[in-house]
Amino acid sequence: MGRVMITKIADNIISPLGCTSEENFRAVLAGETELKKQEDTFGLPESFCASLFNRDNINKQLDCELGHVDNLTFFEKLCVLSAKKAIEECNLSPRETNVIFILSTTKGNVECLEDSLSDQRCYLAESAIKIAKYFGNNNSPLVVSNACISGVCAQITAIRELLSGKYRYAVVIGGDVLSKFIVSGFQSFKALSPELCKPYDKDRIGLNLGEAVGTMILKAGKPSNEGDWRYVASSIHNDANHISGPSRTGEGSFRVLSDILKDISVDEIGFVNVHGTSTAYNDEMESIALHRVNLDDVPINGLKGYYGHTLGAAGIIETILSMKAIENGVILPTKGFETIGTSYNVNISNQLRNTDKPAFVKILSGFGGSNAGISYQKGGKA
Amino acid sequence: MTTLAHIRITPSETLLNGKVISNSNISGIYREFIGDYPKFFKMDSLCKLGFIAAELILKGQTPEQKENASIILFNRNGSLITDRNYQKTIADDNYFPSPALFVYTLANIVTGEIAIRHKIYGESSFYVLSHQDDEMMLDVVKNAYLTSPPSFILTGWVDYEDEGNYLADIKLVTK
Repeated sequence: MGRVMITKIADNIISPLGCTSEENFRAVLAGETELKKQEDTFGLPESFCASLFNRDNINKQLDCELGHVDNLTFFEKLCVLSAKKAIEECNLSPRETNVIFILSTTKGNVECLEDSLSDQRCYLAESAIKIAKYFGNNNSPLVVSNACISGVCAQITAIRELLSGKYRYAVVIGGDVLSKFIVSGFQSFKALSPELCKPYDKDRIGLNLGEAVGTMILKAGKPSNEGDWRYVASSIHNDANHISGPSRTGEGSFRVLSDILKDISVDEIGFVNVHGTSTAYNDEMESIALHRVNLDDVPINGLKGYYGHTLGAAGIIETILSMKAIENGVILPTKGFETIGTSYNVNISNQLRNTDKPAFVKILSGFGGSNAGISYQKGGKA
Repeated sequence: MTTLAHIRITPSETLLNGKVISNSNISGIYREFIGDYPKFFKMDSLCKLGFIAAELILKGQTPEQKENASIILFNRNGSLITDRNYQKTIADDNYFPSPALFVYTLANIVTGEIAIRHKIYGESSFYVLSHQDDEMMLDVVKNAYLTSPPSFILTGWVDYEDEGNYLADIKLVTK
């Protein structure tokens, strides 16, 4: 195709497992997780299992690396630090008019409602503007608020902005921090597992939540190095079925995968990195969608056993870790999985596997019946 | 872009393609023009507003056209109206969080409600902006054609602040 190529030029992950993409990848390779039982946290009456930032340590680091930025909240500081690290990695001039900032978040500063129901910090666009302004960027930022699929949708939004020719660079930041608001809601839904989550397992009983932020910087233009990542395909579809339950036929996810497979051969795909929240319905739905597009034999993996569900960050950090995995010739193990517990016998493993394939597919699904997917390929011919 | 239809709903009037069709509030419009979808009463205010706008503007579109349509909506307040209501249910001395309320603390649920009612299987996206920036919204909508082209796009502004301040300004557009 004669269209503009989109290349990933930098990335960063800040999570309880580390402050760079590389640190996070090494921690996951070593099987580490910070998921654990949290008691007397956020003023919640019930305990829960989650991966949380150590507030003292991360605040010290934020102060040390960002100096005093009193006008930013904890959530915004994390986004700024992640973006800063990615920007430094590729020497981007973030104040240039050809750079757009795109923020993926589900709830931003929602915890500020505890202070006041009319707290101005709860407006998501205000957070995005403050983050862009920190870097001297005056373009209006976009906030993608598509529930759990936001991280992939933000990449797709960025890619479209770059394909249109209006911008040359997109700084795509995804993040959420946990609070009484978010955890109590998931608890009320009975969606949380009191123990470590078990994606796709027959004994899975729910998800774990986690905190993280991630940044990807995308550029319109050909890769400069042989090993660079380029965008291949993407898709977003609704189930048109239920606002809080996935489709029994995996309709939206099936349509997403079908679209993506029009642009990439199964032979090129090392693995599909699934949403794999470890709820009964999500994992079952995904297995149906994978089966419907004949991907039963292609390796799949899920990363929620290391991080929990990181909401607005999930699509970003799981994409970055999938890139790192392909670069290292591996398929990361699905931590927590033991025995298949979905209707279709998809190709999932809790062991590290090897791959020499150059591409992967990342899929997500979420509330509102939303589904999204994206595929990237390393090097190769354009 | 070609505009196929346009709906504008404010607390004082509802205009379809520039013509005033009602002066009722959201529930009044539901009773006047819809009335056959009990799920409407479970929705939060943002969803009710988006839902009635979609009902009125999608009349005349065939199921085939709707199946491959996209929904791309924008606002400033996100789901703050329901966020505030939910926050009141998790106070230390009055703690009774409800899943039926929590699910509406996501702005994109309105796109899901419209998709369910009209069997729209295309893209559903929600963006939060600092203000109704028509140029930026038009760019996002035009750009949607750069990846997978839909049959048409239901798009625009749907923002609910309180019962005296809300606006749905939504169009059906094609390339």
